[in-house]
Amino acid sequence: MDTTTITNNFKSEEYFINMGPQHPATHGVLRLLLTIDGEIIKKVEPDLGYIHRSIEKMCERDSYQQIVHLTDRMDYLSSHINNEAVCLTVENALQLEIPDRVKVIRTIIDELTRIASHTLWWGVMGMDVGALTTYFYGFRDREMINDIFEETCGARLTMNYNIPGGLMFDIHPNFVKRTKEFIAHFRTKLPEYDTLLTGNIIFQKRMKGIGILSKEDAISFGASGPVGRGSGYSCDVRKHHSYSAYDKVTFNEVLKTEGDTFARYQVRIMEMWESLSIIEQLIDNIPEGEYKVATNAVIKLPEGEYYQKVETARGELGVYIISTGTKNPYRMKFRSPGFSNLSLLNHIAVGGKIGDLVASMATLDLVIPDIDR
Amino acid sequence: MNITKNIHEWLFSLMPEATASIVEMVLIAIVYLLIFAVAGLYLVLLERRVAAWFQLRLGPNRVGWQGLLQTMADALKLVSKELTVTIKADKFLYNLAPYFVIVTALMALSLFPFSKEFQAFDINIGIFFLTSISSIGVIGILLAGWSSNNKFSLIGAMRSGVQTISYELSVGLSLLTMVVMTGSLQLSQIVEVQKSGWLIAQGHIPAIIAFCIYMIAGTAETNRAPFDLVEAESELGAGFHTEYSGMKFAYFFLAEFINMFIIAAIATTVFFGAYLSPFGITESIPLLGVFWFLAKTLVLVFLMMWFRWTFPRLRIDQLLVLEWKYLLPLNLMNLVLMALMVLLGLTIKF
Amino acid sequence: MTNEALQNLISTWIPELEFTEEKSQFLNITVQPEQLHQLMTQLKSNSETNFDYLFCLTGVDWGAALGVVYHLESTTHRHQLVVKVKTEDRENPTFDTVCDIWYTAEFHEREVFDFFGVKFTNHPNLKRLFLTEEWDGYPLRKDYVDEINMVIK
Repeated sequence: MDTTTITNNFKSEEYFINMGPQHPATHGVLRLLLTIDGEIIKKVEPDLGYIHRSIEKMCERDSYQQIVHLTDRMDYLSSHINNEAVCLTVENALQLEIPDRVKVIRTIIDELTRIASHTLWWGVMGMDVGALTTYFYGFRDREMINDIFEETCGARLTMNYNIPGGLMFDIHPNFVKRTKEFIAHFRTKLPEYDTLLTGNIIFQKRMKGIGILSKEDAISFGASGPVGRGSGYSCDVRKHHSYSAYDKVTFNEVLKTEGDTFARYQVRIMEMWESLSIIEQLIDNIPEGEYKVATNAVIKLPEGEYYQKVETARGELGVYIISTGTKNPYRMKFRSPGFSNLSLLNHIAVGGKIGDLVASMATLDLVIPDIDR
Repeated sequence: MNITKNIHEWLFSLMPEATASIVEMVLIAIVYLLIFAVAGLYLVLLERRVAAWFQLRLGPNRVGWQGLLQTMADALKLVSKELTVTIKADKFLYNLAPYFVIVTALMALSLFPFSKEFQAFDINIGIFFLTSISSIGVIGILLAGWSSNNKFSLIGAMRSGVQTISYELSVGLSLLTMVVMTGSLQLSQIVEVQKSGWLIAQGHIPAIIAFCIYMIAGTAETNRAPFDLVEAESELGAGFHTEYSGMKFAYFFLAEFINMFIIAAIATTVFFGAYLSPFGITESIPLLGVFWFLAKTLVLVFLMMWFRWTFPRLRIDQLLVLEWKYLLPLNLMNLVLMALMVLLGLTIKF
Repeated sequence: MTNEALQNLISTWIPELEFTEEKSQFLNITVQPEQLHQLMTQLKSNSETNFDYLFCLTGVDWGAALGVVYHLESTTHRHQLVVKVKTEDRENPTFDTVCDIWYTAEFHEREVFDFFGVKFTNHPNLKRLFLTEEWDGYPLRKDYVDEINMVIK
């Protein structure tokens, strides 16, 4: 990116700062070019592509089972949900009848993934505004979830547990017991999060009234997930376009109307409570049955176009497949939530200070591999 | 103390007076340098263990028993590092800057009454001298930020300069509030007055308010969290000492910890009775005064560390609003209140 | 609104549209490039359709033609629609931008430009997004060849 074009358009007191690809606050390899006047930000321009791995081009060459493995490196904090998105698209295209057992297990692991992602987000959020201890508290709870996943799925981060047709293997016998222990433990820890960070007056002053996003702007920018819900935009895919076992459970969609960083923060904290309630409703009644449905070894989708939306921890992930009947997709597009959420960064950061930019970025909860694909 | 008297007499018997006093001063300086070095090293270790305790982990406990030799190892590493200089940096100022912060910290350290006889420099304007010395330290930070020729350092140094100048007012005023009760700026006099009860107890309400304001302003003076946006790692790299490495970086780093110790030591002297034991229980053993002084100071240092690992960081404008709109008027009112109390004889006497 | 009602309403605006529902779960509209912006503006502003959420903007290389596929949704009526536009011109493919209608299109259209070479008129900042400025070629096109970086099986 050429910086002379930026500096040529300057007014006299503006200067240019590069929050480079390696920076403690950008959560990954994101380069931001900031034009600043004193402490006030005039323009934010993201420079992407540092972790672009051309996943979409690779999908045109790989079989559908191989594509599932590529997706968990996109948004690695909700890897299970990414895998599920591709598997659901393929299963709907082939019109497979998925057993209830699979649906319920997928939903439980989805919600555990969501809690794991939000605890990591909370820890890093505290670290970005200066409360360095929250990082360790968030990770302590995330470790328990990672241990449950390791026992059942075999991996802590990139799960690879879903395949088109169901799950790769059945859940471990300890899964139900350990999940229940985790729920009991986490219900006592989540109020601790509120004591440590949410109620702190310094924290509230840093977050309230910062980075305001109105509802119309949220819809126009394509914001989804907690970012949209913090502005009052009801965008939960689990409610509007239900999949897996979400139509069998009752949960609230958390909406806040202020649209500032504190509202987005509160939405995520309350989402963790809702996820706990969803898991509790399902964990005791996992139906018996098969854990997968047989598919052909070489999967060929019938000719046509297929779209599936899921709700990851960041927002709405869309998988769009155009198939011509062969064993590879003709075109595969991933509509990533972070991509649209990043495009509104310039809109909410301009006019604020550098410290506000850091706080706003933390509440957008960006994972750069999700954006770059 | 007897040892110092003996050395004093031995020196004066050996050489003519002028050289003897110079040699004596050099010896005292060396002793204080050693105290400075040891205190700095062990405070760093204490910070790391305390931080680890808050963060549910262990902290350095391998090098030496319970990690006591850890900072020694770090110091050796820092000494052996290459001293890099950026080409466009202003060399003279770049090299001069760390010395400002260290020398002022050392000078302030020499004033404290660790025990009745253990005080190097008992000047009659003690408190005034202390606050002036800490003001000089700001110059070092500004020089460091300017001469590094780096945008981030400059922003960090500017922020630090503004912050320190603002909070000096609060520090000075809250100490002044206590001086109203003692009637003297000399540190040994202040301790004498406290023989009939610590100043924070004698002054009750205004003294407690003055103490709270002092702790807040003191934490801001030393650029520690929650006022550490000068070196906000998640925003600007490392602030004004980004371009320093090796021994020069060690100077800044140590100076920050010694400053923390100094703020706590001033609070101990003025509010909590320096080397006096609570309720006079061990007054018969004068040497234990050092223990009491260190214990009280370490409690306050622990409090400052607790702040750092719990609170988020304030933004620069919120920080300045706190000082100029809240702490300063509160301080002034408190000063008037304390003056009224002393006039009307409402202080508690034991 | 059902797909049929949508089709009836939209076909009254512009006569040359093609509607189809086969091989897709949504109603697909194919529009000519000259009428793209007009159709999109009306889809958003008309209160009965009110498509205010553009949730996916995809560039596709159809072999002979290059095209863009827009997935639209309405947050009030909860109906969805797909709009497709194609051009046979592979040397200099150009469409109108829709980022004045939906802000999200700004980044998405940059991505389509980056990977397919499709230009968008009136776009505020049409530069490559992921690849470097000096990159030669448009990787997601079907005729893209790269001996070093592409692994063909």
